Amino acid sequence: MMKHEYASWNEGALAQATKVTAMTNSAPAPALSFSGVSMVFPDGTHALGETSFDVRPGEFVTVVGPSGCGKSTLLRIASGLNKATTGTVTVDRSHLGYVFQDPTLLQWRNVQRNVELMAELEGIGKEDRQSRALEAIELVGLKGFENKYPKQLSGGMKMRASLARSLVLEPKVFLFDEPFGAVDEITRERLNDEVISMFQRKGFAGLFITHSISEAVFLSTRVVVMSARPGRIIADFPVPFAYPRSPEIRFDAAFAALSGEISHALRDAHA
Amino acid sequence: MSQSVLVAANEPIVDPGAPTASDQRGFERSRVIGPAAVLVIFVALWHYMHSDGMRRFFDKPGFLLPAPETVINDAFFNSLARSKLLTGLGWTTLVALTGLLITIVVGVSLAVMMAQAKWVERATYPYLVALQAIPILSIVPVINSVFGGGISSRLFVCVMISIFPIVTNTLFGLTSADVGQHDLFTLRGASRRTRLFKLQLPSAMPAIFTGFRISAGLSVIGAVVGEQFFRKGSKPGIGIVMETYRQKGIYPQTYGGLILAAGLGIAMFLVFGWISKRVVGHWHESARKTT
Repeated sequence: MMKHEYASWNEGALAQATKVTAMTNSAPAPALSFSGVSMVFPDGTHALGETSFDVRPGEFVTVVGPSGCGKSTLLRIASGLNKATTGTVTVDRSHLGYVFQDPTLLQWRNVQRNVELMAELEGIGKEDRQSRALEAIELVGLKGFENKYPKQLSGGMKMRASLARSLVLEPKVFLFDEPFGAVDEITRERLNDEVISMFQRKGFAGLFITHSISEAVFLSTRVVVMSARPGRIIADFPVPFAYPRSPEIRFDAAFAALSGEISHALRDAHA
Repeated sequence: MSQSVLVAANEPIVDPGAPTASDQRGFERSRVIGPAAVLVIFVALWHYMHSDGMRRFFDKPGFLLPAPETVINDAFFNSLARSKLLTGLGWTTLVALTGLLITIVVGVSLAVMMAQAKWVERATYPYLVALQAIPILSIVPVINSVFGGGISSRLFVCVMISIFPIVTNTLFGLTSADVGQHDLFTLRGASRRTRLFKLQLPSAMPAIFTGFRISAGLSVIGAVVGEQFFRKGSKPGIGIVMETYRQKGIYPQTYGGLILAAGLGIAMFLVFGWISKRVVGHWHESARKTT
């Protein structure tokens, strides 16, 4: 059995779980900031209640909550795909990574050209984007598959290509909209490792949506719990484990205890 | 579309990169034996109709439906008939191909405009449907006075008959990119032009080629139908040559012309299937092995 650095977790960390983020003045300016953001769809569906929170550089925040509580809407508003009904979002969209639930690769482009796409749309020159794409492909573990087409890839590999496509933009903020919901458990864990290594190497501010508490705890520096529709933040848990996080951390008692706390909060969210 | 999907569904699921030798053999065999068996049955039935069926069932003389071997012999092994028929086939091919080219340019452009602006679609679609419904015969006088009853009239008929599938398939293809892919382009503030050329047109290619294939067959029909009504000028197509033989009561050559015209339609269909496979086969699932 390995010995882990993150064993520093203790009961005190649980007590730190608060409803509101309490940041000291010395914290860096937020990379992504929601301020009083809410969303009512044209058909009258109140998808998102007033929500305010920040994601700072070096933070990886995961949002969990009941289906339809407006988690994805939050990301769509952050990226500018949807306009919030009220409130403001502050973020630099020129360095924004965004991974959807589906890989959304262009079937007629091979992996290399798919990964280049976002850079291409951004107007980055050919040589520059090619070398960025190669680097991103290597980082997500798709080296050797540059010339394969999406129909030749497994679900996990498509998702890796999708991650790489956002990496080429050197994102300062990276949004993940429940990206690994459709892959099997083992693949999901491997992809989680990949996200952590990306997070460590690139140092972006991460905002991740998932239904899996274990995925949330494993990846994040903070887990935010949202209520049922209209979604509001009802709990906010710091995750104290140090990076890099080994897959074995999932079997740790502290990991299980924190997961249990979040699970409780989530049950309240459904009520 | 549904045609290629059906073909794909019947195929064994194998890795596109490495079909094994036995798969290859089994596949080829079923591909040859089926059509060959139907051909044998068809030729036998034909032969029977000539020798007995015409008289027995329709009370008509057998020479109206000459035996297959007579048709082959008189139409293709008689050098005069062969050269007349082949020259006719050449003119028909020219009209069909030119007509198809015009159809492709006009049809794809129209579909692109329809996809760009909903009002263009709303304004033009009813007339495209109407164009489908108009019997050629009823507008022969109009075409005659505008195009003069020669080869350009035939081109017009060709375009008229074959344009609908190209427009509808292209339009369907242009709107087939999924919402997530559109979101990607929206994220980076892509222009309409970028979206059209980097997303909509590439994703439409399989559907566009399906349209080309259907229209290629129709343009041959259009060319031959056109020849029935517009015979002016010194460029007699295969339909005109056939009609001349029929009027003289020379039936084997008439049927020979029919075989050639059908062969032209099949050839156009196969050529576009092949081009489609070359262009989109490496990324599109159902384009594989479809001809």
